[in-house]
Amino acid sequence: MAHSEADVLAGLAELVNEETGIAADLVQPEKSFTDDLDIDSISMMTIVVNAEDKFDVKIPDEEVTNLVTVKDAVDFIIGAQG
Amino acid sequence: MEHKDNLRRVVVTGIGATTPVGGTAQQSWENLLAGKSGINSLSQEWVEQYQLPVTFAGEAFQPAAEVLAPHEAKRLDPSSQFALISAREAFADAGSPEIDPLRMSVDFATGIGGVWTLLDAFDTLKERGPRRVMPMTVPMLMPNGPAAAVGMHFGAKAGVHTAVSACASGNESIANAFHRVKSGSVDLAIAGGAEAALHPLPIASFAAMQALSKRNDDPTKASRPYDIDRDGFVMGEGAAALILEDYESAIARGATIYAEIVGAAVTSDSYHITAPDPEGEGASRAMLAALAEAEASPSDVQHVNAHATSTPVGDIAEFTALKKVFGKNVDHLVVSATKASTGHLLGGAGAIEAVFTIMALKTQTAPGTINLDNQDPEIPLNVPKTSASLNSGKIAISNSFGFGGHNAVLALR
Repeated sequence: MAHSEADVLAGLAELVNEETGIAADLVQPEKSFTDDLDIDSISMMTIVVNAEDKFDVKIPDEEVTNLVTVKDAVDFIIGAQG
Repeated sequence: MEHKDNLRRVVVTGIGATTPVGGTAQQSWENLLAGKSGINSLSQEWVEQYQLPVTFAGEAFQPAAEVLAPHEAKRLDPSSQFALISAREAFADAGSPEIDPLRMSVDFATGIGGVWTLLDAFDTLKERGPRRVMPMTVPMLMPNGPAAAVGMHFGAKAGVHTAVSACASGNESIANAFHRVKSGSVDLAIAGGAEAALHPLPIASFAAMQALSKRNDDPTKASRPYDIDRDGFVMGEGAAALILEDYESAIARGATIYAEIVGAAVTSDSYHITAPDPEGEGASRAMLAALAEAEASPSDVQHVNAHATSTPVGDIAEFTALKKVFGKNVDHLVVSATKASTGHLLGGAGAIEAVFTIMALKTQTAPGTINLDNQDPEIPLNVPKTSASLNSGKIAISNSFGFGGHNAVLALR
């Protein structure tokens, strides 16, 4: 079943919180993973792998560098849901 | 000793521990004095699943998850979690000294490393493929993980080190930290050891080599150093940490001083990969070298926190080594075998036993050794079953020996 945009945002926020301790409500669409949320590359990869599991999508490694903001990730996941 | 005047005195100004008998150093000490055992039957499903021949161990009295924030715990192997918990307690206990990061180092040991992380990740690889192996796996499984976690937490920039010498690792790390402060390389060192290896594989493999007690029906009685019916050691988990400081700086900032480390030595048997040298040559040499550094003689020693793991051959070999050092006065020593209560914390053993030795000196009380119902007549040491008082001003030594023929001894006052 496809996840809605709000579902994906909330789910990502949960993954970010689990990995980094950052409060889920700070994970807003316009926020940059590195500049605003201070997420390092290892945490980012962990979040990506967990997001693949959670949303049943594939996020290729070469795509991860394009996921600058939370919105980029939400859009990618929505598009990848097939 | 021509450079003696340039060498500094090294004191312990903070202690921390999370062990099978307590969530803190103080609680561990109190439960030790109360004669409690930290050993229990394991309730995890894998005990049954793999039909483990040994079904008990010394689990941490307070689970790490109760102390650390979830996101902290998530990025740390359990061994690093214990290390961080004990180091934080020790640093706070020392009064959270303000220290130039360039003058602060860490020596934190583990005997086995991040074995939970390693084996969990291998299970994930087999069951779910490489994509599901978490990116933090390598930094979590590496044996320097606990030292790195502690170093990063406190911002130590004068070096972060890990001695890996099996069950001597904790003492070797403290010895190394002691020498760093003594030589003036650093002003403050955080030193300790951690282990979190209560995973079915290490249990199965220690059991396979017949090293573990199989007293499954009576776990609290299983760790019984020096008792005639001892049948092997009992695995434990946890960590302990010390804050070591230059004496002058500690006095200048008004720190509480628990004890002074006066000597530390590391030797090797190169005799057998797991068995101790039955003549105790390497172990006795380590004790004598630690005393020589302390400019003390064997007659200055009153208390020994023995390695005494409760294995048939190990306890005898250590007694032989003690006889070599102390001669006919060996029975004047007040010996404590605290693994009877805590089990064997492997790479954490030297650190928790250093904490106990420090508390013994500070309170002039040697902890009693539980489960000593029938002392082995071949080991006629003075091993009090309940707390015994110690004289002030005497030296205590704490022994640790490890697979690989490692011997590490601390002398404290």
